[in-house]
Amino acid sequence: MKSKLLPLILVLTFLIIFVIFFKSLKSSNIYTPNTTLEKKIPSFDLKSFENNSIIISEKIFKDNEYYFMNIWASWCIPCKEEHKFLMELKKGGKIKLIGLNYKDNFKNASNFLKDLGNPYNIIVSDNDGTGSIEWGAYGVPESFLVYQNKIIKRFIGPISNEDLLEIQKIIK
Amino acid sequence: MASLIGSYSLGFGLFFSVFIILFSVRNLRDTEILDKKIVSFTFIQFFFVVISFFGLIISFINSDFSNETVFNHSHTTKPLFYKISGTWGNHEGSLLLWLLVLTLFISIFLFKSNHQPKRYRIFTLLFQQIIIIGFFIFLIKNSSPFNYIFPTPNEGLGLNPILQDPALAIHPPVLYLGYVGSSIIFSSALAAMVTSYVTKEWAKHIKQWVLASWVFLTLGILLGSIWAYYELGWGGFWFWDPVENVSLMPWFALTTLLHCILVLEKKKILTSWAMILSIATFALSMSGTFLVRSGILNSVHTFANDPERGLFILIFLFTLIFLSIFIFIFFHSDKEKIENNFFWLSKETSILVNNWFMMYFLSVILIGTIYPIFLEVITANKISVGPPFYNKLILPFLIPFLLAMAIGPNLNWIKSELKDKFYMIIFLIISFLLSAFIIKQFNINFLINTILVSSAFFLFFSTLREFFAKRFKNLSQNIAHFGFSLLILSILFNNIFSNEVITNLKIGETFKTEKFTINFENIDQEDEKNFKAIKGKFKIQYLDGSSDILNPELRIYNQPNIITSEADIKTNLLTDKFMTMNYVQNQEYFNVRYQVKPFMIWIWISVILISFGGFLSFFKKRYEI
Repeated sequence: MKSKLLPLILVLTFLIIFVIFFKSLKSSNIYTPNTTLEKKIPSFDLKSFENNSIIISEKIFKDNEYYFMNIWASWCIPCKEEHKFLMELKKGGKIKLIGLNYKDNFKNASNFLKDLGNPYNIIVSDNDGTGSIEWGAYGVPESFLVYQNKIIKRFIGPISNEDLLEIQKIIK
Repeated sequence: MASLIGSYSLGFGLFFSVFIILFSVRNLRDTEILDKKIVSFTFIQFFFVVISFFGLIISFINSDFSNETVFNHSHTTKPLFYKISGTWGNHEGSLLLWLLVLTLFISIFLFKSNHQPKRYRIFTLLFQQIIIIGFFIFLIKNSSPFNYIFPTPNEGLGLNPILQDPALAIHPPVLYLGYVGSSIIFSSALAAMVTSYVTKEWAKHIKQWVLASWVFLTLGILLGSIWAYYELGWGGFWFWDPVENVSLMPWFALTTLLHCILVLEKKKILTSWAMILSIATFALSMSGTFLVRSGILNSVHTFANDPERGLFILIFLFTLIFLSIFIFIFFHSDKEKIENNFFWLSKETSILVNNWFMMYFLSVILIGTIYPIFLEVITANKISVGPPFYNKLILPFLIPFLLAMAIGPNLNWIKSELKDKFYMIIFLIISFLLSAFIIKQFNINFLINTILVSSAFFLFFSTLREFFAKRFKNLSQNIAHFGFSLLILSILFNNIFSNEVITNLKIGETFKTEKFTINFENIDQEDEKNFKAIKGKFKIQYLDGSSDILNPELRIYNQPNIITSEADIKTNLLTDKFMTMNYVQNQEYFNVRYQVKPFMIWIWISVILISFGGFLSFFKKRYEI
């Protein structure tokens, strides 16, 4: 009795482990907040970069236009790298760039834009970082492609030439 | 060109598996002598894998970006050393390394097992070939290191900077020597069961392999830990990260197996233990590979998140597990009942006690690592299991384990008496007083810490005494056990007496505590080949007038664009002073972490001692006493 039961239990246990592992393979383990894709964009009301007036997100994002919301800061070195692509993106004119200036001081940030050019249509400053948290950002830089009040793609880290081409393809 | 040759050699290598299997099966039936051709074929197969591996290395050295693996993981500005180590710093290359070691070891095995029965050798070879074929197919089908890209890119994507570290460059090969060594033990255990050769002779023969794999596995884990301490910049050496656990589990199984084999060498007992542990060690190594490579666990070791690869390893792993269960059930006979009655106070009993403790630690880690995966599949809940779980479940059981470890080796085989053991009680009292005295100086939980430290001291004194009592007759075991006691002591002291300061500093600013002041003097910029270094200069002034200068570093790598922070560590025999700095919000400020970590270097030294013990035993032809 015992000698027959043991193999059975062994085989069954390992079968169960196999099934569990098999299932866990299918579910991706990279944790992405639910807010990332195909969800309505989170709203914010943040100070404008140029003057201290409050800008409400509902007023920025309109339905039938593409927006590229870019979280940046002057102290962020990869931001300098991606800046040329943002300028390139602006040239096309088919998309509005929203800059979210993350935990930065005004002087450094304006110098940054003076040196490298200002690709943004609107800049809001996120002094305490809460705006970025609302958007579920991982860090700086990070960008969101927005259409019809939905995030259709997010870019974690600096955008590359390939990303630029992809965006240009989408907004065509 | 090198890629092309490498790619073809892989195919040829797989082709030779067919020959090896054909000839082996034929050889099983006739004569008593092992067919020389089989040995030659095995060598040829190894040779092809070597060529393939060199093909990949040469592609990396030449920065041949028409090779996809090279393109993804290398860059022309990388120093030559990291170009070469980049070969195994990625999924495809590291699997090729697995295969290289697999074929190398089976060749060595055939070469070194001349005096073993022919059937046993052939069966070991056959089982090993199953594993080798599995890896060949996996490499060629799912993760070929020689994929061609056209048009050839001008520049590669670069190796992750945190992987550009000397300790990490040799960490994978050493760890693999341990992992793959366990594959030989696995095949040989299966072969021994099939040919009913689970005997003292087998134990004596396989002991060499167990020891070798164990030493490599220990050193491999040590190197990974050293890398984490020096490179990751959070000042710890073990994080109970799932991937670390995955390497620790085979270590526990292998350590237990080592003790079983030492018994089996003398008496034909604990055979079931030995068989199950041989299987478990390899299964755990393989499931480690599975968990890491399939992307189920996310960590620095996750090279690629590809479910298809995971699926292959999973099916392969479970095929091997079911095969071994089948063989264990149908071939393993448990004819040791008569000898199985141990006297309660004997070395055999103490080794059994050791086994059960080891199994307990192993299962704690196993549950902590795998349970979150189970829970997620069944209930879709995400939980994370961290250091508190392991500390709470392992620390209390460490106390009886340490005591048993101190007493066990002093017992005799078969039967032991209690007299002549009074020195033990004296040691126990000394250890307790000593640790109570030390712990009282600090404002921490008295009871548990005192008991823990005193049991560690107890082991320390007992092993120290053994050096003299046994007059170096049993040096290898003594050194390993002494190293272990030292390890536990250093870890405990390191945990209890660590000190940390985290603060934000501008250049020129000073931070004061009761015991020292930190002065941020200046920063320097240096351009290196593939990164820009920002070096901070900090002066730590202590109350007694002495001072240290520490230069933590920020590295801005150009390819890929990543910032890493390099800790500066001042090491001496008693403490490590560890400092890192990081960017914060504003360019003027740096986040500075300063840690004083006592006995850090002793953790490394003691692990080296432990493996040195195993190393010595490797060359010893006599029995353990």
